[in-house]
Amino acid sequence: MRWGVITFPGSCDDHDVFDSLKSELGQKVKMLWHKDGLVGNFDCIVLPGGFSYGDYLRCGAMARFSPILRGVVEFARSGGLVLGICNGFQILCEAGLLPGALVRNADLQFVCRAVHLRVEESDTPFTSGLKRGQILKMPVKHGEGCYYADAATLEQLRRNRQILLRYVDGKGKPTAPANPNGSVENIAGLCNEGRNVFGLMPHPEDACSKLLGSEDGAKIFTSIAAACAQKADAHV
Amino acid sequence: MRVKIYVSLKRGVLDPQGKAIERSLHTLGYEEVREVRAGKYIELELDATSRDAAELRIREICDKLLANPVIEDFRYEMDAE
Repeated sequence: MRWGVITFPGSCDDHDVFDSLKSELGQKVKMLWHKDGLVGNFDCIVLPGGFSYGDYLRCGAMARFSPILRGVVEFARSGGLVLGICNGFQILCEAGLLPGALVRNADLQFVCRAVHLRVEESDTPFTSGLKRGQILKMPVKHGEGCYYADAATLEQLRRNRQILLRYVDGKGKPTAPANPNGSVENIAGLCNEGRNVFGLMPHPEDACSKLLGSEDGAKIFTSIAAACAQKADAHV
Repeated sequence: MRVKIYVSLKRGVLDPQGKAIERSLHTLGYEEVREVRAGKYIELELDATSRDAAELRIREICDKLLANPVIEDFRYEMDAE
């Protein structure tokens, strides 16, 4: 499968994603510049973390109008897989590819620590190799990761089982102290209705090697790779 | 046309910045202060043939970029120069 990782001005985790995919997981990855169109055959496009356009106005608000986003929206509409991590998640929300918004952390503090996540659904390409209820450990590092959606949107998210990850304690309970940013219902990651666009605040790319304290992030990437391989087989 | 745009968080959206300001004001002795909400203020100049035309453009600009309708409301004032 082929991965594309977009660099926006101010992206800073783009090379972390590239390196984890290529060196740790042996994947084929191409870096993409935000000013270019989305040219080439890709199976999954990653919008990485960072501070695109200096986070001016709102996080992700400007990146949404980057030329490459038009291609990403089309790619997503045609069923392509799109993964937004941290700032990438914020961009996907601003672009309307995911519902809701990410606002300032409830305690106003930038949070940088490992968190526990509970896998809520496994019937998506992003979580296909995981089990419901499985606990993952990954770092978060953000100042504006508090997920917000109104009551009607939340109801829709629950009905369509779009909430894929929740912040939990070590025992798997979604408690208030386990929630690093005040996200509504401890939501850490969610997908669109079509289940091909996934956004999350934690960083799977920073949890792909033992040296970094966890290899759980790799399980997201290998899930995606396995789902793509299965899809390719089905087409043969 | 000189335009002043005010972007504020919708009611119901948590405003930790406003809360922090409120706590600070209480610490300073302004205990009568309630419901502090922090927002954004943006000024811009706009060339337009009429007030109606300008208003149409401003609404578009706010909907598309300056405010996020999921979490924010906006209002504006215009002065012909």
